[in-house]
Amino acid sequence: MSLKAASELQDAGIITESGNAEEYKTGDWRTFVPRFVEENCIHCMFCWIWCPDSAIEIDSTGEKPLMKGINLDHCKGCGICAHECPPARKGNSALVMVREEK
Amino acid sequence: MEQKLVALTGNDAVAYAFKQARPHVASAFPITPQTEMMHKFAEFVANDEVDTELILVESEHSAMSAAVGACAAGARTVTATSSAGFALMWEVLYLAASLRLPIAMAVVNRALSGNINIHNDHSDAMGGRDAGWIQIYAENAQEAYDNALMAFRIGEHPEVRLPVMINYDGFIISHTSEALFMVDDATAYDFVGPFKPAYSLLNVENPITVGPLDLTDYYFEHKVSELEAHQKAFDVVRAISEEYGRLTGRHYELFESYRLDDAELALVILGSTAGTAKDVIDDYRRRGVKVGLLKVRLFRPFPAAEILAALSGKQVVGVLDKSASFGGWGGPVFTEIRSALYQSPNGRPPIHNWIYGLGGRDTDMKQIAEVIDSLQAVSQGEPRETINLLGVRL
Repeated sequence: MSLKAASELQDAGIITESGNAEEYKTGDWRTFVPRFVEENCIHCMFCWIWCPDSAIEIDSTGEKPLMKGINLDHCKGCGICAHECPPARKGNSALVMVREEK
Repeated sequence: MEQKLVALTGNDAVAYAFKQARPHVASAFPITPQTEMMHKFAEFVANDEVDTELILVESEHSAMSAAVGACAAGARTVTATSSAGFALMWEVLYLAASLRLPIAMAVVNRALSGNINIHNDHSDAMGGRDAGWIQIYAENAQEAYDNALMAFRIGEHPEVRLPVMINYDGFIISHTSEALFMVDDATAYDFVGPFKPAYSLLNVENPITVGPLDLTDYYFEHKVSELEAHQKAFDVVRAISEEYGRLTGRHYELFESYRLDDAELALVILGSTAGTAKDVIDDYRRRGVKVGLLKVRLFRPFPAAEILAALSGKQVVGVLDKSASFGGWGGPVFTEIRSALYQSPNGRPPIHNWIYGLGGRDTDMKQIAEVIDSLQAVSQGEPRETINLLGVRL
């Protein structure tokens, strides 16, 4: 990405376009990463609701939305999804936090 | 235009100017000697003389934070403080300037603690001289009032968009009743005009982000326009001062030259002591001593080139500082003036600094005479320390 010069910028660094947080990749902040265990998933969308980074990818083309996996460009590895995943209470979590090897 | 001659304290005069500018928001926390200024303004709000949302906050940090939020939302915003209150605003002062928010703030100059002291010196504002604000200093209530009206035009100018500190000396100006001319409300508002913010947080059609994380890749670039805005402010201050002069008959420049053109000895002073110095200079002039005064009005941005031109060719220059820069080489005004004179084309005049009036120590005519006598002695070849203290028991 080429960086802009001062003369090309808005004064005060004000951002005038909305919705551009998506361009800011924060995935490399992680220590732990959620692993998606598809066979345990009940597609309840809890993880999607709770994720602070909109990093849960869903397939919304069908009648009901389906959990597809994790967007690792934005997932910061906070583990909220794994904590909130309902099957986890029965020991069958669909999201398991594992230390990420880099 | 007919103007009313009124007797007002400096605080009341600035409160009137703020009322006449019709700010949308004022946020404030009381501190001596600023308190009466906001009391007066609150009275205008309570009496429906001005339609301002007055936010009473729990500290000066909050006062400045509220002002930043209000101004970013697109409101013409005013606040006021002194001394320790100013110090508590510190962090947020930089934000206001960095975000290019033209907040107008009355700074009723007072010493900083410790020890605790409520009287006038310039330690508060001088400590904040690098925060990115425009700083204007007044000699008396008339100038404080005039500067306050002009501050809105200067700060809100599209080329500038910077917050402005309207400085005037605590008690000496803030609490002393003086005769001054006031512009009528309609004319004043006509001069100031409505606030046209560059951006507004309340504009939901065009949402913006203000103050995002700005790290090694862009922070430096964003400082460029802030630096440039200060350079552009010189012409803006000149133009608006001229316009104000045409309107009121009171003419201001970047600084005032008092009997300076043919002077051999030059004093440099800022604030109310300039008035005392003028009387002493008149005395010396009657006795044939060619002494003059450069009264600093605009300290930020600092008009170095113009000051160099005005002081160049003088035999000796004496700079008075009503604040100390501990561990620095002379007070803040001295270091600026001396730096400006380094580029003098026809030899640099000897320049000496006097730190005076700390904690409101009275600076009388005798002390100013002492400085002029010293300048005379230097001009005759007598050696002298560069940095001196004035009016203190050693």
